[in-house]
Amino acid sequence: VAAFGTAAGRPLQGRGGSPGFRFTFFAVLAVIAMYLDQRQHYLEQVRYVLQAAAYPIQLAVSSPPAAWRWLKESFQTREALQAENARLRSQQRDLEVRTMRYEALARENGELRGLQAALPPVADRWLAAEVVTVQLNSLRHRLLLNRGASNGVFRGQAVLDESGLIGQTTHVGPWSAEVILITDPEHAVPVRIERTGLRTIAVGAGDTSALALPYLPANADVKEGDVLVTSGLGGVFPQGYPVARVTEVHRDAVQPLAQVRAVPLAHLDTDQEVMLVWFKQDHPAAPASAAASADGGVGELKHGDAAMQPQAVTRAAPTPAPAPGPRP
Amino acid sequence: VSPDSRGRMLLSALVALILTVLPLPRWLDVLRPAFLVLTVLYWSVNSPRTGGIALGFFAGLVLDVFQGPVLGEHALALAIVTYIGVREHQRIRSKPAFQQALFVGAALAVYEFVLFAIDGWTGHPVTSPLRWVHIVTGALIWPPAAAILAYGAGRRV
Repeated sequence: VAAFGTAAGRPLQGRGGSPGFRFTFFAVLAVIAMYLDQRQHYLEQVRYVLQAAAYPIQLAVSSPPAAWRWLKESFQTREALQAENARLRSQQRDLEVRTMRYEALARENGELRGLQAALPPVADRWLAAEVVTVQLNSLRHRLLLNRGASNGVFRGQAVLDESGLIGQTTHVGPWSAEVILITDPEHAVPVRIERTGLRTIAVGAGDTSALALPYLPANADVKEGDVLVTSGLGGVFPQGYPVARVTEVHRDAVQPLAQVRAVPLAHLDTDQEVMLVWFKQDHPAAPASAAASADGGVGELKHGDAAMQPQAVTRAAPTPAPAPGPRP
Repeated sequence: VSPDSRGRMLLSALVALILTVLPLPRWLDVLRPAFLVLTVLYWSVNSPRTGGIALGFFAGLVLDVFQGPVLGEHALALAIVTYIGVREHQRIRSKPAFQQALFVGAALAVYEFVLFAIDGWTGHPVTSPLRWVHIVTGALIWPPAAAILAYGAGRRV
């Protein structure tokens, strides 16, 4: 190609100015972009458009593994399918029996708290989403889902699978959404130890099988096997969803803090399908949002921990509620 | 500047981008060279008028969308790398492949250091030593990668 030969000899000052000028221009542009994106979040719109443009490439890149999975599934034997079917049926029966108990327990709980009727479940609706690509290295634990703003997905939405918490959405495009996993080194979940009610924060350890609990004092009541559930603080996750199980507690006499590790309950590295969840905003177990904590002094307490919420205490009427009805 | 060479450049950048975002097992992902950075660097050295800093900036912006914590991070790092490439293009082109690979390693180190610094300033510090591994693999893969790109550009090597 002639262009290469001729370009070499000539000086570079031509269209667009000298390299130094161009470099300064683009460097300033990049710094401005970083400032706006980091401090002001002005670039959400730009990101939205860029994410839409990037989605076809991400789909194309994920197509070989997806095709392989499809091929494997379509060549599964009859026996394997029958076995799976039987397993799923028994699992469903099991779950149905458990939900029967759940209804009764929820009503009983409502009566104990003096509410006129059982609280409705905190989750409003679910949406299943497929995982398009997975970014799992020691630095970033992200998923790309095939649902976006056109499905009503919003930024900071909780993502679950059938056994526990997965993470939350960070960037939402029109047809796709990026999810940060709870094990990402940049992610932290406010949790509560189910056995004791002790609240702390679980931080991602950069490994899909580990969370760290770095803020527990050495004398904290925590032991192996304790289940961590979301505490409802922090404004993203509602209260009471399972997160992880403590696997390792290390107490050092000279360290003021215990070193605690936990393994996530969700299958973070094998999930093909996850659930996006919408929560009822006025539910006591709903995540304490910034707006909710602004309207009253006890906002965080009120929404964050149903066991300590003032509403339930003030409504603990001495007379048992005769007729079930909607909450006033 | 012929539209033909520009098309080849964008095509090679697209292929490099796909190689960069292709999901890989973890141990391979650590070793994966920054293909897009190498491609952009190749064009800024071998075709500084067509490629160069604008190409670097926009390629970096694309990387930011795929894997950056803030928009502009990879864009700045790649603008710096391409600026070095364009400034020194005559000196680099005349060197044998081994010395070119050394230079590429240095450029990748600058690139990764800029990312490292910005990660820290924006509050996403990643101090794992594994993030520096791709500098070595990138330098090692430079001679064959440059040969392939030169062949694609229709050049006699």
